[in-house]
Amino acid sequence: MSWLIAGTVPRADFPLVRGQYELRGSELLVAGQSVKVARGTPALLAAAAAAARVLGIPPLETILAGDTGKGEGSRQLYAELAANPPPVPIAGLTFHYLLPDIYWHNQVLWGLEALLPKPFLVADAGFMYAAKMSGFAASYDLFTPDVGEMAFLADERAPHPFYTRGFLLQDEERVPEQIARAYAEENAARHLLVKGRKDYVVAAGQIVAEISVPNVPAMEPIGGTGDTLTGLVTALLAAGMQPVPACQVAARANRYLGFYAEPTPAHGVADLLPFLPRALEQALKEAGVG
Amino acid sequence: MGFFKRFFSEKKRGRGVSEKGLLLYPSTGEVIRAETLLKEAGLAVAVKGPPPDLRQGCDMVIEFDLLQELRIRQLLAQAGLPPLRVAVAQDHLLEPVSLYQVKDFGDYLMVRAANMKITLDKRDRRIVNISGGGCPDVPFLAEMLVGRTLDEAPKPRSLGQTLCGYSLQLAYEELCRQCPG
Repeated sequence: MSWLIAGTVPRADFPLVRGQYELRGSELLVAGQSVKVARGTPALLAAAAAAARVLGIPPLETILAGDTGKGEGSRQLYAELAANPPPVPIAGLTFHYLLPDIYWHNQVLWGLEALLPKPFLVADAGFMYAAKMSGFAASYDLFTPDVGEMAFLADERAPHPFYTRGFLLQDEERVPEQIARAYAEENAARHLLVKGRKDYVVAAGQIVAEISVPNVPAMEPIGGTGDTLTGLVTALLAAGMQPVPACQVAARANRYLGFYAEPTPAHGVADLLPFLPRALEQALKEAGVG
Repeated sequence: MGFFKRFFSEKKRGRGVSEKGLLLYPSTGEVIRAETLLKEAGLAVAVKGPPPDLRQGCDMVIEFDLLQELRIRQLLAQAGLPPLRVAVAQDHLLEPVSLYQVKDFGDYLMVRAANMKITLDKRDRRIVNISGGGCPDVPFLAEMLVGRTLDEAPKPRSLGQTLCGYSLQLAYEELCRQCPG
């Protein structure tokens, strides 16, 4: 079964495209368009494609629009998905950098909820913000917040991370408390993969795994390293792995990505991608899969 | 004493007629441009989260002193930025993030504001990375800022269109305070 990744590229001249895509070096090719991999959805797509090769699964699909923040591309994409949901059966969808818009989020979600069998729904970045704001967070199977976004999910009053109250942002050690708070207010998906100094895997409100090694502090400032993690978990889910082991393997693989690449905070995510196959193979081996 | 004075005066104000107004725009990008214009004109304005009945998604409003309404309307009209609507602030408005995390990586310094992080090479004040965020202007802003020094780089608010762009502006300002050059 296929998997669809929905997001944006930071170009005003990029048209709405939909279809299978390919990673060639540090460029993505989709529907006759070429996209440079730097951060954001292209980084997610690149990591998912590289992981799909390691896992031996067919190429994933994407729906992409150009958006530099004005929202036109995001709205085009929302409208296309609401009017033409993916054909069934589809294993899952991953939503990423899209301008949060409650109206359009709901149109897309309701269309997907009508599909049988219901696809596995992953949300990250702007679409995750819209999912929480809409009050339908519990309709999702996996959110992949970083620690700042976890504080936002925990703040029942914040419609966007920009409004997260200070007492929730003070200390990364309070992530377990924030997880409990997010579930108490139904502002979390069925599973969470929280990215931070320590990664947390959460199922139905319970922390089921914590991953903290290898620890490469320089990964935090590098734009796109959260996107590669979401790309990795997407590929593992597309390969049929269950959510909890998929999150664990993805978290460990993303850490090995930093471990093998030995980056400084000035590296770009494209510098890390050549190390992804080795990092994923190592994480699969440790999980007893590889 | 100052705290009690502030507490009671705010409580009293809550029962009376608000002296604050709200400027509403169809997009966050226009809010950012209008706020910049009004601040440059010396007016005391602040961006806030809209009350629940006005929320659409990624949005904010400009809070202003109602006594200044005429002047504000004139300035915005002259700049071609008339608001979609002007309302009296009736509800409690959400405050933007005001807490920053600073991490020192030796030659590099990272500042986080809410969900946005910006990292600088201390040796030449060059922005080396931008990460976090979820709105589509973040990758665009990163392309515009990364590789430039704090003096050369455009301010995030000059190009940002969303709340993530605005968070990046706050992180950028804190970075300028931490590394004044």
